[in-house]
Amino acid sequence: MTSFWRKARNHSFTLLAGLACALALVPLVSITWYVAARGIPALSWSFLTHAPTAPDDPASGIGPALAGTGLLVLLAGVLGIPLGIAGGMWLAEHGRNARGSAFRMVLDAMAATPSIVTGIFVFTIVVIPQGHFSAFAGGIALALMIVPVVARTTEIALRGVPDSLREAGVALGATHTRTLFRVALPAARTGILTGSILATARVAGETAPLLFTALYAQQWVHSLGKPIAALPTLIFNYIQQPYPSLQQQAWGAAFLLFVLVFGANIVVRVSSHLRSRQP
Amino acid sequence: MDRTTRYALGALAAAIALVFAAILGVLLSHSVEALRYSGFRLVTGTTWDPVNGSYGAWGFVFGTLVTSLLALLLAVPVGIAVALFLTELAPRWLRAPMGILVELLAGVPSLVYGMWGVFVMAPLLRKPVEPWLDSHVAHMWGHPIPVLSFLFSGPKIGLGFLLAGIVLAIMILPTIVAISRDALLAVPRLEREAAYALGATRWEVARNALRSAKAGVFAASTLGLGRALGETIAVTLVIGNVATVALRLFAPGQTIASTLATQLNEATEPLFVSSLIALALILFVLTLLVNLGARLAIERPWRRSA
Amino acid sequence: MKTIIESKGLRVAFGQKEVLHGVDLAIPEAEITAIIGPSGCGKSTFLRALNLMHDLTPSARITGEVVFDGRNIYDPGVDPVDLRRRIGMVFQKPNPFPTMSVFDNVAFGPRLLGLTRDEVHKRVEESLKKAAIWEETKDRLRAPATDLSGGQQQRLCIARALAVKPEILLLDEPTSALDPIATAKIEDLLGELKKEVTVVIVTHNMQQAARASDNTAYFLNGDLVEHGPTERLFENPKDERTEAYITGRFG
Repeated sequence: MTSFWRKARNHSFTLLAGLACALALVPLVSITWYVAARGIPALSWSFLTHAPTAPDDPASGIGPALAGTGLLVLLAGVLGIPLGIAGGMWLAEHGRNARGSAFRMVLDAMAATPSIVTGIFVFTIVVIPQGHFSAFAGGIALALMIVPVVARTTEIALRGVPDSLREAGVALGATHTRTLFRVALPAARTGILTGSILATARVAGETAPLLFTALYAQQWVHSLGKPIAALPTLIFNYIQQPYPSLQQQAWGAAFLLFVLVFGANIVVRVSSHLRSRQP
Repeated sequence: MDRTTRYALGALAAAIALVFAAILGVLLSHSVEALRYSGFRLVTGTTWDPVNGSYGAWGFVFGTLVTSLLALLLAVPVGIAVALFLTELAPRWLRAPMGILVELLAGVPSLVYGMWGVFVMAPLLRKPVEPWLDSHVAHMWGHPIPVLSFLFSGPKIGLGFLLAGIVLAIMILPTIVAISRDALLAVPRLEREAAYALGATRWEVARNALRSAKAGVFAASTLGLGRALGETIAVTLVIGNVATVALRLFAPGQTIASTLATQLNEATEPLFVSSLIALALILFVLTLLVNLGARLAIERPWRRSA
Repeated sequence: MKTIIESKGLRVAFGQKEVLHGVDLAIPEAEITAIIGPSGCGKSTFLRALNLMHDLTPSARITGEVVFDGRNIYDPGVDPVDLRRRIGMVFQKPNPFPTMSVFDNVAFGPRLLGLTRDEVHKRVEESLKKAAIWEETKDRLRAPATDLSGGQQQRLCIARALAVKPEILLLDEPTSALDPIATAKIEDLLGELKKEVTVVIVTHNMQQAARASDNTAYFLNGDLVEHGPTERLFENPKDERTEAYITGRFG
């Protein structure tokens, strides 16, 4: 018979591992609960649409920051996603050699670059020469964070397209290019989309890259060449200030940010898991 | 037509690689002034006093190392346990949902982690935890234990190295779990079956799989370390932003990243700016090396068994 | 001829697809029983049902009984860990633990059982000798198991399985991945093995079954068509399907 000790060890290690899992989830629950508890009370229509006024003014809002985040994310996406997809396409189609490996290493290194370093890089090549902070610089910094991630997920998605599909395209007389764009890419679109959404959602919540590029602005901004408000920088600012009303607003904004980023993560991960379960 | 596409895509890929090289180059060129002024003292000097022209960032380097290593110490064992649970030990129906939940930890913005750290964890550390550690781990029957009492000392304000280490550990956990899990899943089914067929329990099979997945788990930990080194905003909020150069967990500290976040916009003097950019360069190179190390860990052992 | 393990009405399905349709087969003790049949006839599925390996496949549904040592092994009260020690298995593709040495591979089982260092050493040497690979490995016990050739690795796996002193040894097409010389070595081994353990061997190679076994069972499309002493089955098959397979009309 299997010894008592072996069975006991089996059960206790399983239990221990399960406890580790539970432990890992405690922060998740705690954060979700706390952010919601402090953030939801701050929400209101005026909160979402008005610009900040005096610290104690109840009509004060975070409208410009919301709009700012939207603009920056849009800019980052427009600049970063197509470039990332192109890089991923090159890797998938022509990257099965040493040059491809080297490029893959570069992408991984870029993805692992601390976001603050990316921000400082853009600071030195855009902000310093221009002499001022700008939404444009912020968009570039965020785009630089999107590119490596989207490139890798695009490569993986394209690699996942079965060769038989491509062969079918070629057999019908299509060129390699047309097969790529008309057959492979559409077949990989879910993976590419997922990767792009996750990458963009992630940069929406980043603060460090904006600190030295987009900086911050109190009011609505109408040009890309000026500093701009954004949710993360607003939160970072307000939360360090002693006014309770500003802190309240910071939590409201944090809740929105959390819902945006975290929500995108949940939707994407759950749906891709469900989709991979289908036969 | 095909060649055009290939060249076009290739050009774009090259552009991306060029940008990466530019990061290194630009940071380097802007650091030259500071490096020429301070030399090695930039990293080894302990006095950071820009007003009086001394740029010794050892305090920040120390803080970066302490918080990152503490994070690793906490996150790696938990991460391995979670990965084992998700791949071998948990009942099958539980594995996928649990896996998604753990992955979601990666979806929380850094800023939110920092705020949670300040408002939820810091008070927790200040009142029950740190005093408890002080009286029960650092002291025995009222007398201070030599090494431990130094380790667990400092103003118990909640913020500081300990909190930063804990928050970082939570933040890097999903990375460690994800990659360790991949490494464990990569262990061939045949190998697991061999162990079961010899009459091994689930835990024994898992332990054996972990052995085979050693390289991947090491890579996972290294990548986690890389993330911890570069983490900025969460750390800035919870670390106290006063550099301590002693290994006292309750004391406030500073990391390279937190220094950059708090001081770069205040810096007006070119030498100051250059010094900060030099620090950014150091952080960048450090992260690069760590990630390279992780990659090598995965590449090497594969060559052996092939 | 005492029966050591017996299946009664054994049905195995994966999801909606039933792969074994009610098999009643008694395996005699201390003899070599071969299981033959064309690809996909369910022979490996049958073999794996004997040592609870289907527990590792979530979609597997098993009905019927497999009686060993007076109990149905699918009873909830039966300890699968202990059962698998008593009924060992060698797989089609040699699968030594890649991170371990030759010695550690064979020592894996005995160590789990809590044998002392000396006992483990003895057991390893004993098992390597029984698997006819002692001479080739005694000077490189600490070398990585993956340094061995395919045929040697398979004999190592046999040694490893023998090291826990099982009562039955199940071999799932053990030579199909090996060259003819390595195959011959293992076939020669079987005759010696049956002195220690009951052997059940699945093979797609009829000649191997005819050469090496005492009893043979012929499976077709998930049914047990016929079984009996090897010589009788090959010279005088009772069922015409068996005859068709043996004479090579198909398969």
